[in-house]
Amino acid sequence: MISMQTTTARPKRLERQARRATHGLLSLTHPNKELFHRKRALLRGAVPAGFPSPADDYVEQRINLDEHLIQHRESTFFMRVAGDSMRGLGIFDEDLLVVDRALTAVHGCVVIAVLDGEFTVKQLLHTPSGKVLRAAHPNYLDQHIKPEQDFSIWGVVSWNIHKI
Amino acid sequence: MRAIALVDCNNFYVSCERVFQPKLEDKPVVVLSNNDGCVVSRSQEVKELGIKMAVPWFQIKDIAKRHGIIALSSNYTLYADFSNRVMRLLSQWSPDQEIYSIDESFLDLSGMSKLTPYAQSIRSTIKQYVGIPVCVGIAANKTLAKLSNHVAKKYKCYNSVCNFNAMSTDDLDTLFSQIKVGEVWGIGKRGAKRLQQMGINSAEELKYSSAKHIRSEFGVTMERIVAELNGEACIGLEEITPSRQQIICSRSFGVPITTLTDLKQAVISYTARAAEKLRSQHSLSCGIQIYIRTNPHKEKGAQYQPSILLPLFEPTDDTRVLCHAALSGLRQIYRSGYSYQKSGVMLTEIIPTTARPRTLFEDIAAQQKSRSLMTTIDQINRRMGSGTMQLLGEGVKKNWAMRRGNMSQRYTTEWNELAIVR
Repeated sequence: MISMQTTTARPKRLERQARRATHGLLSLTHPNKELFHRKRALLRGAVPAGFPSPADDYVEQRINLDEHLIQHRESTFFMRVAGDSMRGLGIFDEDLLVVDRALTAVHGCVVIAVLDGEFTVKQLLHTPSGKVLRAAHPNYLDQHIKPEQDFSIWGVVSWNIHKI
Repeated sequence: MRAIALVDCNNFYVSCERVFQPKLEDKPVVVLSNNDGCVVSRSQEVKELGIKMAVPWFQIKDIAKRHGIIALSSNYTLYADFSNRVMRLLSQWSPDQEIYSIDESFLDLSGMSKLTPYAQSIRSTIKQYVGIPVCVGIAANKTLAKLSNHVAKKYKCYNSVCNFNAMSTDDLDTLFSQIKVGEVWGIGKRGAKRLQQMGINSAEELKYSSAKHIRSEFGVTMERIVAELNGEACIGLEEITPSRQQIICSRSFGVPITTLTDLKQAVISYTARAAEKLRSQHSLSCGIQIYIRTNPHKEKGAQYQPSILLPLFEPTDDTRVLCHAALSGLRQIYRSGYSYQKSGVMLTEIIPTTARPRTLFEDIAAQQKSRSLMTTIDQINRRMGSGTMQLLGEGVKKNWAMRRGNMSQRYTTEWNELAIVR
């Protein structure tokens, strides 16, 4: 209904403006053909009228992947995988990892760990003899973390994005 | 009593670098300013070697080599992202936050109980979530919070959290007597010198100095500092950062420039960057000032440091209009035969876009066209990375661009620069 009102009010105002523009001071000193045509074009141009879309009231935000993949915006980082040490868990070379530092690294989860200053992605196991980093590939041995080793958990992998 | 906390990131730039380069942990690391000129951030190990803030890198190259100091170029894209993460996290702990700088934020914690454990939980959460170590200082007002943070940082026994509100006046005075007056927020180097001449050397002496005398000597600002040291709250939290009244974009060149062509490129680049900042705060500028200068540290070369202020016909945020003005200014001040080292662009007389004055000859349609073009360019550059779309005048090769010899990757803002894990 609002749009109906504007359609009636608008042309008159525009007409006035156009008249002023073409006959006013501006056109006396600088006859401005371009301006004249533009105002006329505006007059002839489409004005919003007709029926509003029946779906207007049902418009919602389209699904957003960020919302699905990111639980904590400030503590989430992306990392790129190199190598195939985790392929048994479906993590392949060049895959994209979603890493959340807010999550607690519990037994069995996939973590980004820092071992002797280098990043590594492995499965974390809490065993009676201490922490173990386990690859998901037959060629890689379990790494038992020794107390003297420089070791920390950087974050927990919450998703892996793999291109098909 | 009010409880104001100042949360300050430790060695912020170095800490950001260490998050994605864990091998830098426990090593002496510095971050250098643009063009790898001066030290702008030092790790604890470097501070202990006695290397001061802002010293030129070439002066400490020898000592750096001896101690194996690792020098990194500044990666402001990375630091800005980490700063945003830290600030947004901090906003969860208090309804009132003032972001004071890239790595400091005031929080109003009045009415919260058990402040020290509360601050410890802030600290451990920031460390876990983003990997940045912070110190927290709590006190009755901003000046004391700043001082409290200084204490938390300096004395290991506080475990990075210091709460003046939980200390007795006697204890505080003893502590203040050990703090040099220059460490107090807002005093500065010159103020400290003058105070020392008056026999005021420590924070304690300043606290118990005569407010009247201080006011007559230094003015109301210093009087307010003294009042705050005594526990009064004079300076409120500014939750909304006021829009900047001036926007400056200035940088030194990677190599000295002699030709007008190169200077033009630099000036257009800086103007475009300033215009982008102007639009991001929804403002228009009524004037633009540009300057170029030779290297003042070079004693042999001829010196020339001209600048020019150009009023604009209409307030604008259009990169093209601003660049046009900047170039006409540059042509007026440029003299050949000098070797230029730096140039800068300053947008002045800034007004909000909504307050655009109407003029007789304004062309509304052209304004709309300009606005949609600028919005489009900004959107493209935001989505595809800055510099994706630029004026041709900025140059393609940019021979003069900044030297950033040892910059780390932009781990959080570029898909092809992510950290690699094996």
